[in-house]
Amino acid sequence: MENLEFRFAAQPVKPAAGAALCGVVGSGNLEILIRPGDEADACTVVVKTSARGFGKIWEAVIAEFASRHPVGGTRIAINDMGATPAVVTLRLGQALGDYTGGAQ
Amino acid sequence: MNAPVYTNLVLRHSYFEATARSRVAAVLDAGSFREFLPPEVAQPSPHLAILDIPGAFDDGVIIGSAALGGKPVLVIAQEGQFMGGAVGEIHGAKIVGLLRRAALEKPAAVLFMVDSGGVRLHEANAGLIAISEIMRAVLDTRAAGVPVLALVGGSCGAFGGMGIVSRLCSAIIMSEEGRLALSGPEVIETVAGVEEFDSKDRALVWRVTGGKHRYLTGDCAELVEDDAAGFRQGAIDLLAGWNEPVPSSAGLRAEQERLSRRRQRFAGMRDGLEVWAALGVPDPRQVSLIDRDSLVALKKGLPA
Repeated sequence: MENLEFRFAAQPVKPAAGAALCGVVGSGNLEILIRPGDEADACTVVVKTSARGFGKIWEAVIAEFASRHPVGGTRIAINDMGATPAVVTLRLGQALGDYTGGAQ
Repeated sequence: MNAPVYTNLVLRHSYFEATARSRVAAVLDAGSFREFLPPEVAQPSPHLAILDIPGAFDDGVIIGSAALGGKPVLVIAQEGQFMGGAVGEIHGAKIVGLLRRAALEKPAAVLFMVDSGGVRLHEANAGLIAISEIMRAVLDTRAAGVPVLALVGGSCGAFGGMGIVSRLCSAIIMSEEGRLALSGPEVIETVAGVEEFDSKDRALVWRVTGGKHRYLTGDCAELVEDDAAGFRQGAIDLLAGWNEPVPSSAGLRAEQERLSRRRQRFAGMRDGLEVWAALGVPDPRQVSLIDRDSLVALKKGLPA
């Protein structure tokens, strides 16, 4: 397992409720938990992944997502069981949609 | 060009394919579910972290309160996609806590959406103890007068300790796709050899553990379609006419006696086909092919 931590500057987002969970820690899948964070214009991400050595790809995938969507003011926690970058991007979008009340 | 209009198609939500969270949302009254220990306050398994395996925030089980047809119920839903729904220490503690709450609060029922291969072997003794605590808690909850309904229709079925737990519940609702047994097919093949049981023979696996077989042998109370609405209606129907006497040791002894007689009756049989013939099914080969309603009608016509 590898633990990764990132922080990205991002436009603030308004949550609909407290927290949102999306996905399952199953083979080729992951779960994403989005909660309100401390800084309104930043997003922190903690990843626990079963696949070692993919830190740079995680950083690129999440940075790209953070540049396209307002995710400021959130803490994102991810438990991963070998999801591909496409699945990660899909789940991030679903989780953010749930977090903002289906606005995405 | 006009888009085709489909009028005969009914949108079905497969229970087998769904996640635990979507099962909870689809089976219970819309918007009624309140989760206890939701992911944002729960802790993943410390045992899995030591073994360098990512955990899940809810440790693979969701518990909470909800309404079913307007009646208050408590709910347990195992997530089969996370470690095969296997029961670890936190997972088990959440189930036991919910059952104990049910014994105190006395809701109309506990719905236990089972989807599990049994003990989480990574957690060894903690998982085994958790299973035994769940067994005791199920019986205590029933003894307090609260029916515990097991819903078995997930991809992992109900095997190992969770097979026993399911049979300890007040009643089981299954779909054809659901499976219920003690040792799983691959375990039997590993221990006793492929001559004893070929776990790759999927049709055989279902003829021996599947929902239709369990319905014909009376191990499950209701057979429903693989559809969240089917499980929902099955649970509502069962509870509508519910009058289970509180479990007693005399009742358990009578059940033990019945099962011993059944064991002698079906001794030496190696396939569901033989059991169904012994039960009086005129053409056992048809059982796997007919739909749910036809099988329910067929069972009604069998000799008692």
